Amino acid sequence: MKKKNLLFITLCAVVLSLALTVSGINPCHAVGAQQKNVILATTTSTQDSGLLDILIPIFEKKTGYFVKTIAVGSGQAMAMGQKGEADVLLVHSQEAEKKFMAEGNGMNRRLVMHNDFIILGPPVDPATAKMSKSSMEAFKKIALSRSLFMSRGDNSGTHAKEKSIWKAAGINPEGQKWYQQTGLGMGQTLSVAAEKKAYTLADRGTYLALKKTLGLDILNEGDTLLLNVYSVIQVNPAKFPKLNTAGAKAFADFMVAKDTQKLIGKFGIEKFGSPLFFPDAGKKEEALGKK
Amino acid sequence: MDLILEGIQKAFSLLFTLDPEVLGITWLSLAVSGAATLISLFIGISIGTAVALVEFPGKRIVISLINTGMGLPPVVVGLFVSIFLWRNGPFGFLEILYTPTAIIIAQAIIATPIVMGITLAAIQHLPKNLRLQILALGATRLQMVWLLMKEARLPLLAAVMAGFGGVISEVGASIMVGGNIKGYTRVLTTATVMETGKGNFDVAIALGIILLLLAFMVNALLTQIQQKQRPR
Repeated sequence: MKKKNLLFITLCAVVLSLALTVSGINPCHAVGAQQKNVILATTTSTQDSGLLDILIPIFEKKTGYFVKTIAVGSGQAMAMGQKGEADVLLVHSQEAEKKFMAEGNGMNRRLVMHNDFIILGPPVDPATAKMSKSSMEAFKKIALSRSLFMSRGDNSGTHAKEKSIWKAAGINPEGQKWYQQTGLGMGQTLSVAAEKKAYTLADRGTYLALKKTLGLDILNEGDTLLLNVYSVIQVNPAKFPKLNTAGAKAFADFMVAKDTQKLIGKFGIEKFGSPLFFPDAGKKEEALGKK
Repeated sequence: MDLILEGIQKAFSLLFTLDPEVLGITWLSLAVSGAATLISLFIGISIGTAVALVEFPGKRIVISLINTGMGLPPVVVGLFVSIFLWRNGPFGFLEILYTPTAIIIAQAIIATPIVMGITLAAIQHLPKNLRLQILALGATRLQMVWLLMKEARLPLLAAVMAGFGGVISEVGASIMVGGNIKGYTRVLTTATVMETGKGNFDVAIALGIILLLLAFMVNALLTQIQQKQRPR
């Protein structure tokens, strides 16, 4: 009996020490937490592509801030900013960003980088979308042939872009049988589209990362409507005194700094043979896409 | 099929090369869920025993509530814990959202009703005369409760396993209140979700296998204790 008790006590001690270690992790970050922690709300594509895994350690080392990256859709990221639950945003949803700024939720919106969206579909291409000259035309053909289309449906930057293309094409796909919403992230939506042999819109970075397992072809690319522009926005501290304004500014400045921009331009070349993002700091928004 | 084999291969290579990131994630999962289970044991066993032993009006409703709580959806817990811990929420001043502490809190909330419900059933299941017998032998009330718990240790250890199993495998609440921050709040389940999203299926499978191994080892240890102490 004694031995059994001993075993039980040892187990309790192990669990307790575990608990203490974990709670012990916190104080080091909690010391002056308001100054140290920067909450970055961003889109899944910046995390899933692996870009942030490279940039954030450099930023942390340089400045001593601790970045808490919360990867959600652009829509949710801006909602977090609106409530003062994030200090700085890295998002790609131009229309929504402009609205966000107009409502006084953010300040100092700056271009960081861009890549592009692509229209993907099964190689057999029942809608003959590959023959189209523009993204609008491709979407029209998909709608006309009533081919299955997978939408993110999550208010992300990609979803917003997709809606704007439908609008430009003069089609309202909402409620149509061939138009389905996954409500998932880009990677998972691509998997669903591949399994169902459906069309979808995706950012090039996520597509390249997943390409080998998908079996979806690029059917349309290259027009200005498909531009995917990432901006960094500092959340406006006037509304929320608890924000880490200094940390947000440091991060935003870091993203547009010369060295960082160089890193962004090189990112992905090694793995995919071509860069995933093109640095844009200091450029005018209107000038993008005009080669 | 190749994918699964690749995943298994990756799991062992990650384990045997002692990949520091994977080890860190594994350790954090164990520590966070262990701590949450421990908290839920304190609350769950004491309240569960009390409700089982004390008669009071509305007892059935309370028991129904506890039993419903055993199926508490983790995402709902995650949502409410987030709302409470937001900077501008009622407990925002604590500044613990997106920390391991926040995950422990959420997981403890998920595990507590599980432990409580099983404890309740275990204590209620003991023969009624046992209490009278123990008290008649001159035990104090506290000693009686202790003896009853010892008598019910088999199902109580099952409660520990159910509670731990519930939280170590949980992903919804952990990702909401922890944020899946690299090297800080990334646990096995949230890492698996992220790697799946990234298309790194081999790593995702590897993390899944590590999670299963971890759950198995903890449960094997607990089962060992449970079966050793089985009354003959």
